[in-house]
Parts: sequence; structure tokens; C-alpha cells
Amino acid sequence: MIGTRSAADPSRRRVTLVIAVTILALWVASALFGGVLAPFSPSAQLPRLKFADPSAHHLFGTDGFGRDVFSRVIAGARPVLTIAPLAVLLATVTGTVLGLLTGYFGGLTDGVAMKILQSIAILPPLFPAVLAVALLGRSTTVLVVVLGFAFMPIITWTVRSATLVEREKQFVEAARLRGESTAYILGREILPNIAGSIVVESTVRLADAVFSIATLAFIGLGAAPGSPDWGAQVADNRVNLQFAWWTVLFPAVAVASLVISVSLLADVIRERRSA
Amino acid sequence: MSLLTVTDLTVAYRSTNRSASTSGVIGPAAVDHVSFHVDAGETLGLVGESGCGKSTIALAIARSLPPTARVSGQVDLGGIDVTALSGSALRQWWRSEFAMVYQEPQAALNPTMRVGAQIAEVLRVKGFEREAAERESVALLERVAMTNPAAIARRYPHQISGGQQQRVVIAMALAIRPRLLVLDEPTTGLDATVEREILQLIADLRVELSAAVLFITHDLGLVERMCERVAVLQAGQIKEHGPVANVLVAPTHEYTRELLACAIPPGRTKHNDAILRAELPEVDRAGEHGTAGHGMSEQREAAPLLEVRNIVKRYGTVVASDGVSLRIGNGEVVGLVGESGSGKTTLGRIIAGLTVPDEGQVLLRGDAVAADLAHRRPEVRRSIQMVFQSPDSTLNPRHRVRDVLKRALLKLGGSSTVEQLAASCRLDSQQLGQLTSTLSGGQKQRVAIARAIAGDAALVVCDEPVSALDVSVQATILRLLVELQEHRDVALLFVSHDLAVVRYLSDRIAVMYAGRIVEEGPTEAVLAAPHHPYTAELLAASDHRAMDTGSRALFSAGSATVPSTQERMGCVFADRCPSRIDGLCTTTAPPVRLLANRLRIECHLDLGPEVDDPVAGEAARI
Repeated sequence: MIGTRSAADPSRRRVTLVIAVTILALWVASALFGGVLAPFSPSAQLPRLKFADPSAHHLFGTDGFGRDVFSRVIAGARPVLTIAPLAVLLATVTGTVLGLLTGYFGGLTDGVAMKILQSIAILPPLFPAVLAVALLGRSTTVLVVVLGFAFMPIITWTVRSATLVEREKQFVEAARLRGESTAYILGREILPNIAGSIVVESTVRLADAVFSIATLAFIGLGAAPGSPDWGAQVADNRVNLQFAWWTVLFPAVAVASLVISVSLLADVIRERRSA
Repeated sequence: MSLLTVTDLTVAYRSTNRSASTSGVIGPAAVDHVSFHVDAGETLGLVGESGCGKSTIALAIARSLPPTARVSGQVDLGGIDVTALSGSALRQWWRSEFAMVYQEPQAALNPTMRVGAQIAEVLRVKGFEREAAERESVALLERVAMTNPAAIARRYPHQISGGQQQRVVIAMALAIRPRLLVLDEPTTGLDATVEREILQLIADLRVELSAAVLFITHDLGLVERMCERVAVLQAGQIKEHGPVANVLVAPTHEYTRELLACAIPPGRTKHNDAILRAELPEVDRAGEHGTAGHGMSEQREAAPLLEVRNIVKRYGTVVASDGVSLRIGNGEVVGLVGESGSGKTTLGRIIAGLTVPDEGQVLLRGDAVAADLAHRRPEVRRSIQMVFQSPDSTLNPRHRVRDVLKRALLKLGGSSTVEQLAASCRLDSQQLGQLTSTLSGGQKQRVAIARAIAGDAALVVCDEPVSALDVSVQATILRLLVELQEHRDVALLFVSHDLAVVRYLSDRIAVMYAGRIVEEGPTEAVLAAPHHPYTAELLAASDHRAMDTGSRALFSAGSATVPSTQERMGCVFADRCPSRIDGLCTTTAPPVRLLANRLRIECHLDLGPEVDDPVAGEAARI
């Protein structure tokens, strides 16, 4: 009643938004200006300072090669913030087109497309990635394409089900009575009404993509071992966990903080749409 | 001293603007310095169109507004300032002093609890022992005139009808024995006959409870029957306030007069509507329609604007259209009336090309047109347009009014400007820049009508265009349709379940039942005897309703059991017909009888002298 504050309360939502955007902005800044922000080169080795504790000089300590963990964490932002958004963009564009077409036309095309997507989706999401990297080798392009197609089915379903609702609306029938083309109906009548759901779904997938990239690197299928990628750092240093926890903790926290900030952002967007 | 005194009540909502920086700004007042009082045992009617703030007042008194609302002013109930209550005092007040009956009984009941248990829950809160509460809840159900209350008490809300659900809600209100009872459109969703019973129940209980009653409605007819005093609300302000007899008989405020003028009284037609004719003098159209001049109309029937022949449409075993034939002349208004499920909407959609029939033909000016809209030639498509039922889905909420009209003019080949088109449908130029989602229901339908007539449409199929609108807005939309039809010589196929509306507008009426047109003819002929037994039933229900509360809907949701394919032996109406001839009506399809007053009726009954039927003859040859 009056005075109670629900989770959807505007002021609480604003706090969440500020936290999410701040964390995300830090990582975006790291990705863009990593070279300026990092005190050391991520690959510079200081042989006399192996496994140094975190200190004022080396905020996050150093690893087994005497490399500055803080600088490596900052440098790790760039690959993940390149691959994840591109993969999600690919998934969103292909998924939206496919979802609009299958949802609007229905029938046999829809049935066949849905069966194909289902057979992709029943595989564990990393399975096609493992296969593709094994066959095509490691590269940014391969990761973008593989993750893009891994996330495409779920975006297609979201768009398709939203389209199924919208196509029954009378304004769509009015457009047909006017003789509008299918492209106009999909692009101008239906798309604006489902854009919100697409944004929410894509944001959720972005968090997913960040996590998947780290996982692939951890199992040795993303960035090359020794590179400053967060997942690779955790993988390389996990054997040192007992005596040099900082070499694992900070890259792992980096992954977690980016995933959480993007997920929070998705929540805020979703709540705003339903408010 | 009055039991309920509301002083300077003002409610505004914090802006829900999307940009975070402006949220927290207080928007315009939804309720603006409203003051009124209600005595014990008295009923105050609160009337106004939707969006005027009447429900907001109820919620403010109930202390049920969302947290974004900012409330000021006093609500005093028997010496307690309700606005100052909080925590346990507020809960105490809720369970002992206040009850509310909402428009949607379904939303007020818990779907997972048996109705008896829900009433008992209220009683338990008031201190009843478990068994006493159960006994008392059955007694309460009996008090609200429920037959077999013990059985009803064991049902879940979805197992009982809407009228019964509302009785349960009223029983819960009774259990509280409130000093203040708020009724928010308590009968709006209900059938005419059920509405009457519920109103009677409310009237009885009012006396018994001697509570202050606040009756919120948009229906002036209900106010007249139920209330001692009335407050007329517009844009959050009380415009007029006084005894019902004074306000409704001799209104002093302009807005009350408008509200009264808006309702279409029974028997009013476009020909005798003084408000319409003051602006739009009637041209003598005798002979132009099929309503007069036999020779003339036969000549017209040689090539009617639109003709459908033998349309059949099945959905599985349900027959939505069973060999329907109908003609519409240039500039003619044909009303298609029947209950939901009778196939009238399907017929309209088939004419527009949105639904493809299984059999039959649609002819425009004598030429057969493609059944599927996608295959119709552009000029055919432009000639037949449609106005839809639901104002909320008829316009794209992401489009601006100007863009909607501009696009319609472009695609339908209209020659006027957006401004001219808007003006012809009485839309302000300032509304052109608005998103359609911000318009009221009536405004949305105006835009939809403007969109339909943007080109040179020859026929507009209107599918229940006013059913979802406030009564106060219905009349203005109907008048607009008449104006456009007469100015532009557009023919209308007006689909509706509401006989009063159809009668107002139509030159001819076709009565549909279970996929057949059972009676068709000029409006006066359909309304005058003899009738098809189904038409007689429609007219009786309409008159009955009219005597009660002015003119309104005949039916709510469909009750017709449409015969399936296998069952179609004799007359489709035979099962419900009071004049059924056993052994004939159920086995043999009825003959088409053309009467001297140009009425076509499908019936076995002897309805008087017949004349030769050129259309039936033609149909027989096909």
C-alpha cells in the first residue's frame, strides 16, 4: 500500500542501474584504453618477482612468470568485449530475421525451421564450439561465428513467439487491407512492438557470451594459453591456487563482475518495460 | 453529520517517464480537489466516462493506490481520518469498516480457494470460530440469493458463472458488515438479465446494511435507478453534484448535458436524431436505397456494389457460414446482427478478404473478386476497407497519428491532406503528433475510421466498432459514421450484437443465427411484425433492456450452440425456437419467404402473403 517499496520501485531500480553501468563502464574503459591504464605490459616478465603478493606496486600481485596480474586483467577485457558483443549482434540479427519470418508465415517453413533449431539447441552449447575450434583453429572470427550461432536459436524463439502475438493484432490486418508488403509489415508494424523483448533477450545473451568465452579459454579452446584472456589466466594458474590465490581470484572476479553487471542491466531493462 | 466525508481529495501520479532523471516528477492530477459526502444508508453515484478519475477516487478511499501516487486531502469515515491510517490500524479498518465490489469478480476471487472458504476467511479474521465461519458463509451465500448455497460453497470460482462470482464477492462484502461499500462498475461485465438481478440484490442489501454506498458507473441509467444523489466527474473534477432527480432531469453543467445527450435512447435512428441532423441536414434519398421504390431498387440490384453468394466457411465441425448470400447497394448501410458465434464477424472478414471461405463468391460491382486479400487487385483492395472492434489493437501503439493517416493516404490513393482527413473525423491537429497508445478509445476509433476512408473506399466493414467504447462515446462515433456515409456515399456493413446500435444506423438489417441469415430486409420491416422467431427473441430482449436502463447490449458472450455439420438437418434455430413445428423444423430446411414489405425470412411458419423472390429464384438457378 502507500509507502511500501516493491522491487520495481523506481529509486531502487536506479541504484541497481548505477552499479551495473559503473562496473560495465570500467571494463569498457579497460578494453578501450588498456594500454594507458595498465602500469605494465601484460606480457612483460619480471623474473625476480615471481608470485609476488599483492602490494602497492603490484596491486593484484604477479604470476609465475613475474607478470603483473593487474595489467593482465585489464588487458583481458579487450578480447572478451570484442567477441561477446559481435557474437550477440550476429545472433540477434539472424535470430530476429528468422523469428519474424517463421512467426509471421508459420506453416511448413516454420515447422522445418523450428525442428532444425531444436536439434541445434539440444546439444550442449559448448559442443559445437569445441567442434568448430578443433576443426577451424582458434581465431576471433571463429569464436564470434560459433557463439553467434549457438545463441541464435534462443533469440529466434523469443522473436517468433512475440511475432505470433503481434501478427494477430488488428493493425497488422489493417496494413494487409492497405496492401502493405510483407517487409513493411514485419519491419514497421511488428518489429517496433517487439524491439523491447529483443533488447532484453540480447542483453541476457551478452552475459552468457562473456561466460562462454571464459569457459572456452579455460578448456583451452578460446584464446591461446599464455595470453591475458581471463579464462586462460584462470586455467594457467589454477595449479598455483594454494600458494598464489591472487593469480586465479582476480581474473575470475573480472569474469564474474562483467557477467553480473550485464545481467543486472538486463534486469533493469526488463523491469522498466514491464513497469 | 455525514458518515463519509471526502474533502479536497487530490491524487497525482509520479511521472513514469522512461528517463531516470525525470522520474519522481509529479504529473497532472488524476483527481483534482474532489469533495463530497455520503450519509448512512445513502447511495451516491459517481459518473463520468472512462479515464475521468472515478476509479482512482475509489482506490484512494480504499488506500489501495500504487506507491507512485501522491494523495492529499481528507477522507473521513465516521470520525476516522482514513488517509492517516497505517499498519495495523489500516488493516483493522479494512477488515471492519470497508468493502469494495469490483468490475471483474474473477479478479477479486482467489482461483485456488473454494468460494465458501474465501467467505469463511473473511469471517475468521473478524473473530468467528472455524465451524461458525463455515456455517455463516453458507448463510451469506443464501442471502445473496444463491440457489443451493451449500453446493456453491464447495466450488472454485472458475466453476461458477460471472453473475454467481459477483454474488460471492458481494457475500464477502456482507461478511465484513462495512460502514462504507464501494461498488466500482459492479455489473458492467454481466449479461442484461444477470445485471438486473445483481442490481436488485444490491438495492436490497443497501437497506439492510445501512452503510454509505459509493456507486461508480458510466451508465446514467443505472444512476437513475440506484442512487439518491449523483456527482458528475470530468477530468478529475466534480462538475455537478446534487439529487439524481435534479441533475439528470435539469442538468446545469454543460458536461452533464453532453453526457445525457450522448446516450442513444431506444428507438432513436439516424433519421430522427436531432443532434445529428442539426449539423447534417438529411438529403432526400428516397428511391436511392432498396428501402423505397420497388422498380428503382430492382434496377440497382442488377449490379449491387457488393454481393456475396453462397458463402460457406467451416472451422472443423463448426459452421461459421452456411450458404450466406447478401447484397449491399452503393452508399447503403446494412446492419448485420446476431449473438457472438453466429458467424457475423466471419462474414465481414470474408468480404474484406481477411478470411478465405471454403465455398462461395464475393462480387464487387458485378465482378467476382479473389477470395484472398493477397490476390485482390489494388483497386478492389482500396474499395473495401475495415474498422475493427478493439480500439486497443486497431492502431499500432508505436506509430503516431500523423504517420498512420499519411500512410493510409499514400497506400489507398487518397487525395486529401492529413489535416483534412483528420478534421473530417473530428480529430484535433494536436492529436496528430501523439502516439496512438496515448489516445482514448473513442479517439482511437476515429483514427481507425479516418484510416479506412483515406482513399475512396466504397464499402467499409465495421466489426463492432463501438462495442468496446463507453456509452458516452458510442453515440459520437455512430454519428461520425453516418456523417461520413452520407457525405462520401460510402456503404457500410455494420456488424453488431447490439440491436439498438444497428437500428440507429442501418437502412437494411440482416439477422444472422448459426451461420445463416434467417431474416433480412429494410430496417422498419425487420422491426415490424411478422418476425422470424429468432428476431422476435432479439427484439423482446432489447425492449426489456430498454425499459430498464436505456439502450445497451443484448448479449454478452455467446450462448448460441452452433449446430455442427452433422446436425444440420432442418432449421438452425429449431432447438431454441418457441414455435417449432415438430417433425418438420428439425428435419427439413425452411423455405425462404419474401413478404410484401421486402422482408426475406427463412422459416416454416406461415408469415402471411408472399411475393415472388427474384433473388431466391436466382440462387436456385445457381
